[in-house]
Amino acid sequence: MSAQRPITGRPFRGPSLGVRFFLLSLVCLSLMVLDSRESHLTRIRQGLSLVAYPIRAVVDLPFFAWRWADRAMTERGKLLNENDRLRREQLDLNVRLQRLAALESENARLRAMMEASARVADRMLVAEILSVDLDPYRHRFAINRGLEDEVYVGQALLDANGVVGQVVRAEPLVAEAVLINDADHALPVTVNRNGLRTIAVGTGESDRLSLPYLTNNADIQPGDLLVSSGLGGAFPAGYPVGTVVSVDRRPGLPFARVSARPAAALARAREVLLIWQEESDGLGEGNPSLAEAPR
Amino acid sequence: MRARESSDSLPAWGSVLCALALAIIPLPSLISAFRPDWVVLVVIYWSLMTPGRLGLFSAFFLGLLLDTLSGALLGQHALALLVVSYVVQRFHLRIRVFPIWQMSMTVLALLAIYQFLLFWVDGVAGRTVTTAERWAPVMIGAALWPFLLLLLENIREDVSARV
Repeated sequence: MSAQRPITGRPFRGPSLGVRFFLLSLVCLSLMVLDSRESHLTRIRQGLSLVAYPIRAVVDLPFFAWRWADRAMTERGKLLNENDRLRREQLDLNVRLQRLAALESENARLRAMMEASARVADRMLVAEILSVDLDPYRHRFAINRGLEDEVYVGQALLDANGVVGQVVRAEPLVAEAVLINDADHALPVTVNRNGLRTIAVGTGESDRLSLPYLTNNADIQPGDLLVSSGLGGAFPAGYPVGTVVSVDRRPGLPFARVSARPAAALARAREVLLIWQEESDGLGEGNPSLAEAPR
Repeated sequence: MRARESSDSLPAWGSVLCALALAIIPLPSLISAFRPDWVVLVVIYWSLMTPGRLGLFSAFFLGLLLDTLSGALLGQHALALLVVSYVVQRFHLRIRVFPIWQMSMTVLALLAIYQFLLFWVDGVAGRTVTTAERWAPVMIGAALWPFLLLLLENIREDVSARV
């Protein structure tokens, strides 16, 4: 052993190389065991995440600068055009929203009559996806909101077109989220046309979800819109998840092979919406954010 | 000898930080599976040249940082880096005098051990990824080794000459 001691380094005080290696690997092993049983190590993870935050920020910096420069140098004409378009779009949306607000309160009234409580998505917050690659084999990403913004594990993420994913780990300044097309992710959905309930499972491909639990005679066809069903409690009900693209019924197999294209731009999104859903027992006040919006 | 040691700590930590940043910089998804394990390469270099400077504990801590950054199981990269760092420090006097191609082969073996440990832990934790691409960083890392060695040697010479 002593022959292996480095001659350039300072002389080792403390235990020898082998002993230190042994002890540290024991630490590693116990960390892994604890970590695989969820939530024993949140404190340590949060601490490490704070240490690692500057690295993430520095890596994101050039991309941030690029976006900023891109915005600063956009031509005036283009901006005016875009402004006009957005204004028209907003008018259009506002008109629709007025109708929606009426429907919403009617719905709440009806539900109140039936003494059922509706979960209404209440508060939203825009989060930016940090330009950091996580494991290339899993569909995960980090966002720039964390415990400071009251992000919680299991929280749903949406973009303008539909459901994006959910938060799997919340750290003080950043959170990690899993996309709905991750192979480990499953999401309860209903077919919008007929209310058929099923589960959409990620495939690991960025433009395909699979619906493995539909029998051969299930009433489903290409073009059907899938919306989140709200069962399971993680996702608010009624947000688009995807459209069915192919239904392959094989007489020899008990289940049909159904695949769907996600509605959200999973691979291209830059910003996502964090949703806080709150239990609302309806009547009148309905949804504050919607009630305020049309003004 | 002492002066040389302390002048090493700046390039050592600088290169380690660069490696960490390179490890998470976004690449197009087509080539992101081929990203070389920069942190391991840098840890190999510093454990080889100044074993007392970037020791086992630093390798362990860097591994934990890598785990946090990549969202892996806490301790996974730490264990793999620890093993690599231990092997290098144990045999650093022998490896240091190897001719360059033999050194690259050694690095290939070390990277293979590293990837295998990650793969193994993934398997035990139930998220196995069995694509051949997984082994591409091993080849690429070994091919990059001579250049990295040259670069880091140069930087180290520069800095210690200036101090």
